[in-house]
Amino acid sequence: MTQFLMPSLGADMDAGKMVEWLVQPGARIKRGDIIAVVETQKGAIEIEVFDAGVFERPLIQLGAKVPVGAPMAVIRYDNEPAEPVSAVPAPTVEVPAAAPPVEAPPAAAPPARPRPGARIEASPVARRLAAEAGIDLAAVRPSGPHGEIVLADLPAAPSGAAAPAQPPTGMRAAIAAAMSRSKREIPHYYLAHSIDVSAAESFVSRHNEGREPAERLLLGVLLARAVALAARKYQEFNGHYVEGAYRPSTPVHLGIAINIRGTGLVAPAIHDTDQLGLTTLMAAMRDLVVRVRGGRFRASELSDSTITISSLGERGVETLFGVIYPPQVAIVGFGTPVTRPWVIDGMIGPRRIVSVTLAGDHRVSDGHRGAMFLGAIEDLLEKPEAL
Amino acid sequence: MNTLEADRILAEELRRIAPDVDATSVDRGGDLREEFDIDSMDFLNLVTALNKRLGIPIPDADYPRLGTYAGFVAYLSEKAG
Repeated sequence: MTQFLMPSLGADMDAGKMVEWLVQPGARIKRGDIIAVVETQKGAIEIEVFDAGVFERPLIQLGAKVPVGAPMAVIRYDNEPAEPVSAVPAPTVEVPAAAPPVEAPPAAAPPARPRPGARIEASPVARRLAAEAGIDLAAVRPSGPHGEIVLADLPAAPSGAAAPAQPPTGMRAAIAAAMSRSKREIPHYYLAHSIDVSAAESFVSRHNEGREPAERLLLGVLLARAVALAARKYQEFNGHYVEGAYRPSTPVHLGIAINIRGTGLVAPAIHDTDQLGLTTLMAAMRDLVVRVRGGRFRASELSDSTITISSLGERGVETLFGVIYPPQVAIVGFGTPVTRPWVIDGMIGPRRIVSVTLAGDHRVSDGHRGAMFLGAIEDLLEKPEAL
Repeated sequence: MNTLEADRILAEELRRIAPDVDATSVDRGGDLREEFDIDSMDFLNLVTALNKRLGIPIPDADYPRLGTYAGFVAYLSEKAG
């Protein structure tokens, strides 16, 4: 038997709160199954398993704090001997004194939904404001379209008094921690370039013509695919810098910076991005955006990104300079596409231009290679049929 | 479809995408994406949901008519029988 440990939640969070067990003791589990939900500063994180086996028992009570690396559950994997062997000494678990982690007896298996301590559905902005104002979500009557609590459901804040100065909370605290660490530790350098995306936009229009909305593409998917393909070739931008050394990654797990209305942003990964064709990648991005804006995603999506892109989309400004999300070593920023006079073969004409930037880690790469990397992204976007 | 019905359906679908924005309090002649703070992915999801619900195609080429809340309502009431 093996202790299943709380997985990493990315560079900026070191613990979560146990809110839901989704499997019963004795249940068969397979690779990719979600066994638990943990509440964090960034929303509800689904904890998945990576091998098949049997879920023996949970080690953490609902409501308890779970530090990254703490034993969460006991699992008997199919590829291990049946007798209880634990080679690893149990790490100490840090929890509030009132709620020590006890091994739940089989009789105390989680009951069917709804269960006490289960996550209360709420929009991300409502959850953040409730936390800041000390409002218990359990006491709020939900009116959202899916039975969730929305901003309008929260009691109005007392008016008149000016809000006192407060340290950042919730997702803003997570962003502050990661970005402060980035600016402290990573010697950033920046490059900017302008790319003609007229061909890429025409490609998207032609693709979408006559197709159902569910089958349509967005320019952002072409940008993501071009970065993923270029990152596969330029290894000094795709990987992690840990313990004083750079470890390039063979797979490309592209982190996509996603704005969450009124709350902040997160940059979860799409696994093996370079292996996905445009339509598959489009479906993966749609799925990710919907889940993230709903406030629910997977632990591996938060910790596995090997490089990130941040794109302003159609409503924004011309240029975006990113801040690298540690332990990654590069972030690519796309501004809002604009129509500009452009010279092609000695003639001036209107073209659709997007600004692309690179923030690179000078411990790993420098501007010469960075320029080649951006050049590779440009070449890919100018021949969208090959994407 | 009459205007009231189109209005109700559009408000419902927008609410799924931007639950914290009240459709009755936005500027109906203002930029829809600004009023509801939605990006191109949200907008495509909105069009997809309306396509499935009403069975009308809503091609990319018609997007300019969907730039405001009022314009979107007029478009839906015209296209959805």
